[in-house]
Amino acid sequence: MTDIELTVNGEPRRATVEPRTSLADLLRDGLGLTGTTLGCEHGVCGSCTVLLDGAAVRACLTLAVQAAGHEVRTVEGLADGDRLHPLQEAFAAEHALQCGFCTPGFLMLLAGALAAEPELDRDERRLDQVLASNLCRCTGYVGIRRAAAHAAARLRGEAYDDREADEDGEDGVPGGSV
Amino acid sequence: MKPAYFDYVAPPSVAETVSLLGEHGTEASVLAGGQSLLIEMRYRRRRPAILIDVNRVAGLSGIALDPASARLGALVRHADLERARFADPLAALFRLVAPNVAHPPIRARGTFAGSLAWAHPAAEWCALAAALNAEVELRGPYGERRVPAGAWFLGPFTTARLPDELVTGVRLPRLGPGTAVRFAEHRRTHASFALAAVVVAVRLAAERVAWVRIGLANAADVPLRAVEAEAVLIGERAGPGPIAEAAEVAGTEADPVEEPYASVPYRRHVLRTLVRRCLTEAAEAAAAEAANR
Ligand SMILES: Cc1cc2nc3c(=O)[nH]c(=O)nc-3n(C[C@H](O)[C@H](O)[C@H](O)COP(=O)(O)OP(=O)(O)OC[C@H]3O[C@@H](n4cnc5c(N)ncnc54)[C@H](O)[C@@H]3O)c2cc1C
Ligand code: FES
Ligand code: FES
Repeated sequence: MTDIELTVNGEPRRATVEPRTSLADLLRDGLGLTGTTLGCEHGVCGSCTVLLDGAAVRACLTLAVQAAGHEVRTVEGLADGDRLHPLQEAFAAEHALQCGFCTPGFLMLLAGALAAEPELDRDERRLDQVLASNLCRCTGYVGIRRAAAHAAARLRGEAYDDREADEDGEDGVPGGSV
Repeated sequence: MKPAYFDYVAPPSVAETVSLLGEHGTEASVLAGGQSLLIEMRYRRRRPAILIDVNRVAGLSGIALDPASARLGALVRHADLERARFADPLAALFRLVAPNVAHPPIRARGTFAGSLAWAHPAAEWCALAAALNAEVELRGPYGERRVPAGAWFLGPFTTARLPDELVTGVRLPRLGPGTAVRFAEHRRTHASFALAAVVVAVRLAAERVAWVRIGLANAADVPLRAVEAEAVLIGERAGPGPIAEAAEVAGTEADPVEEPYASVPYRRHVLRTLVRRCLTEAAEAAAAEAANR
């Protein structure tokens, strides 16, 4: 067992871990942050995606000991108290989730990508390449893509009319009236 | 599955890493990005007694340039190469290839040197290393040695590295102005590894091919440089005739393995198509550049 110190969602945390404990297992089992979900544990599905020093990484393919001295952000660190993060609001507004299992991973994937490239949504191919990192078995990605554009615009301080975007109806579902 | 129990060290220097490797030999595994090794350990196909994490080793990061070459430290990540901005077509080639290696969160951690050390036959970086005959730099208890890509890849997941050696970096030749580069890949689904991939670099002189490199991924049990196809082109005008012949030869040089979704003739066909496409585009780009200079 090894004692480690790391920063999680801005708070200094200590933990005692086995070398083989993944960062995802430390977050979920050690620190009780169960927002990070585990699907495949092989780097493929992306549900475990968190930010490590600002970059989106797979928490199932990172050891907890490797995060010692580093800064981790999880979905629990997105909201500001009761105020949801623009990404979270956009996911709700654009129907970017159904069962929600993949959602924490997509939120952190996009939080990392938009911090690095605030105009990511202006290049549809780039945005699709980023979104293809993670799997969603429910939504078919159209809502997620829309939510990404919505949140990106709001994070840039631009107004975003979600009804208008929805009426464009890329997915053929009118006006969010499901 | 969770990996089997192992010990863990994260030494701060190359010297300490090498001495640990000397002490533990085949019982130890080097952990770089972990984006292949940790999966293997989860499947328990690999059960090292000790992991030597090199992520805290000083001096393994960064791309160092000299007039003839670019040296990638062992901790240069796929994502660093996706953003490579130095003034040589080699940087453009890195930017072309990198987006095909896994996804952004994998690319944030996985390393170029780790790809070469892992030696997956379909790995894009291994094909690039084969095409340009990159030199793998190793440090062992006896000192340093360099192994060219042609002697590095011995089989699937098998390299010339000895158990007590650390890959400290990889040296690639700079391509120089006027060199045009192309990359093409075919995969069954977005998330699959390459069914076949092709790296091409071409330089023309007086409208004829003066220098060309062709690298193939997943065309054999090791990454290949299609030397016979290259020989077809040298001294020729880079037109449809010689390019078609070179593509044909490259497909014959390949020695693909039969797979459920890719018979040997099918994979040869895909390789020929990708080689022809890459050569055609690269030759046009090289000619356009020559006309502009
Ligand atoms: C979902 C997913 C998709 C992927 N898709 C692709 C793809 O399309 N194409 C592709 O090429 N790869 C792909 N990969 C693999 C990825 O590129 C890995 O990053 C790469 O194969 C290994 O690099 P690494 O730094 O992560 O090495 P690690 O996993 O840390 O190590 C791999 C092996 O190399 C050895 N090693 C690493 N560094 C050194 C060193 N400095 N000295 C000595 N030995 C060393 C290790 O001991 C181990 O045996 C994918 C991975 C995942 C999880
Ligand atoms: S659980 Fe980590 S990628 Fe699937
Ligand atoms: S919302 Fe169910 S998997 Fe994405």
